Amino acid sequence: MTTDITEAMCAWLPVGCPAIEVEGLSFRYRTTEGRGRMWTLDHLSFHIDVGEILGIVGPNGSGKSSLLKILSGLLSAGEGDVRLGGLSLGKRSKADVARLVAVVPQEYAQVFPFTVAETVLMGRFPHRTLRWWSMGIGDETANDLAHVHDAMVDTDVLSLADRLVSDLSGGERQRAMIARALAQEPKILLLDEPTAFLDINHQIDICSLIGRLRAERRLTVVLVSHDLNVASQYCDRVLMLKEGRLCRIGSPDETIRPDVLQLVYGCEVVVDAHPQTGRPRVTMPMSIVRN
Amino acid sequence: MADFTSSWANSGALLTVHRWVTVIGGLLLASVAVLVLCLQFGATSVDVRTVATAIMHLLRADQGGSATLGTPEIIMVQIRFPRVLMGFFVGASLAAVGVTLQALLRNPLADPYVLGVSSGSALGVSLAILFGIGSTFLLLPVLPFFGFVGGLLALLLIYRLAQSKGRLPIHSLLLAGVILNAILTAFIMFITSIMEPNRSAGLMAWLMGSLTAPGYPALGVFAVYAVLVLAVLMHKAQLLNVLTLGEETARSLGVETEGVKKQLFALTALLTGAIVSVSGMIGFVGMVVPHAVRLLIGSDHRLLLPASALVGGMFLALADTLARTVLAPAEIPVGIVTALTGGPFFLYLLLWRKDRML
Repeated sequence: MTTDITEAMCAWLPVGCPAIEVEGLSFRYRTTEGRGRMWTLDHLSFHIDVGEILGIVGPNGSGKSSLLKILSGLLSAGEGDVRLGGLSLGKRSKADVARLVAVVPQEYAQVFPFTVAETVLMGRFPHRTLRWWSMGIGDETANDLAHVHDAMVDTDVLSLADRLVSDLSGGERQRAMIARALAQEPKILLLDEPTAFLDINHQIDICSLIGRLRAERRLTVVLVSHDLNVASQYCDRVLMLKEGRLCRIGSPDETIRPDVLQLVYGCEVVVDAHPQTGRPRVTMPMSIVRN
Repeated sequence: MADFTSSWANSGALLTVHRWVTVIGGLLLASVAVLVLCLQFGATSVDVRTVATAIMHLLRADQGGSATLGTPEIIMVQIRFPRVLMGFFVGASLAAVGVTLQALLRNPLADPYVLGVSSGSALGVSLAILFGIGSTFLLLPVLPFFGFVGGLLALLLIYRLAQSKGRLPIHSLLLAGVILNAILTAFIMFITSIMEPNRSAGLMAWLMGSLTAPGYPALGVFAVYAVLVLAVLMHKAQLLNVLTLGEETARSLGVETEGVKKQLFALTALLTGAIVSVSGMIGFVGMVVPHAVRLLIGSDHRLLLPASALVGGMFLALADTLARTVLAPAEIPVGIVTALTGGPFFLYLLLWRKDRML
């Protein structure tokens, strides 16, 4: 049974192929040309396996968000190649990418009164066909509604279906946004700072949700986070960026270390073991006051 | 499969075909009622029976038999009927432009008048009139074209401002619109000041936003034009929904946002150009109507767009009836009526309902 599901879930890519392969990726924004620092991302090469949770960390301006945008096809790679399921991003159509990759943006400010159900249903857009005669009214198939239902159940927002997104709390809204992404039936889920602006209760909530979704839907997850402890506790591997270069990639034990953090962030931190998981835990040193 | 369809999908959380048909059907009936009501009032008021006789006369297309009609019926057929219908179509178009601009700029206070798009169109039309292009034989298609070009340029400028820093806060965009409006209006004022007084008086009256009784060919052309553009906009309604998620999210859902935006810019500018060339600068319909409709039926543009168009049509037909009757037999420009009703509402939203919009 389990193997059946696994095979069906992995049908989008050849056996043994990583979910995402990045090879010699360099990128720069057109506007920064001719300035001191040329490359936003500089010769990155790594891969992400199916069902893995990869955390991308690094100082402000190290290129984390740009990398995430390239993985989702929002920015096109300047040099090098990004392959999803063995096929280059550039060779896939936008709709094709949208059926593979879903993005949960860092902040979501909806100014119009849309309900949660309406918002989640928008995630079905890449699976819908636009028809002239109906003007889009009643285009939702039973399949669309079933996927929306499942996505809302999985993220525990079903009871909020008819509430307005603008009326939700931060944690509820983040879950609704993840539901919207899940309705896309993605194989890869990209999250930009999923726990930013959330209190600790909702941080735990969202992190365990991501872990559960990975297990249940066999999703490949890439998340950008400023919170080193989130990366350490919830990610299988951590990728460290510094000034657009890949500084270190590996398990939390290999990457969340005082010497590596000193190198990447240029400051001293205390790293000890988490009392429950034994994974590295980062705290500020006692002498916070600096010259 | 679970019985979820009975739990949330039909409980108002989503737009259903049934709800769409009910709302649009109801609004169509209301529109007919409002139009008949508007036909009764004017410098001389008539009863419903006269309106019915006139409509029957029109439907029979019995132009030769006008001798059998009394004066009220002739007023009906030749003046009031085309004017009320024109008001309806202009109002519907204004509301549709408002809905589209609001989704495109993700700003619930966007309005072609407030953002200076109408001023751009008006400047285009004024220039055409100044150089005498409007007085040529090709009056009908030429003026809307100048309105289209002027409106499109203003719209692109406003959009550039909105995009300059990734996103522009709602209030900054409005401020930019106010400034653009002031600059464009200065140009228009300059044009009117260098014209001969008798021509500039007509231009000023038109600029204030006024409906006149058009001939049936002009009404027909505008109606067909407006309905066509509205139909295309309706087809884009789902894309408008997705665009409100933000541009990057829309792109991550597979929408070719650049192309869609260009089409929507062109469509709104086309419609604004046509509106301004027939009725001048009628403000606030495009902002007030969609806002009110959205509060009642939600944001799904598949319903919001046609519903706003119908309500906008009714609103302007009623406002124009007021403009025709309060000082009868004199008329006031309908733009003054809409500004006096819409302006305070706009201020209310801006000052007291900030929390709901930002």
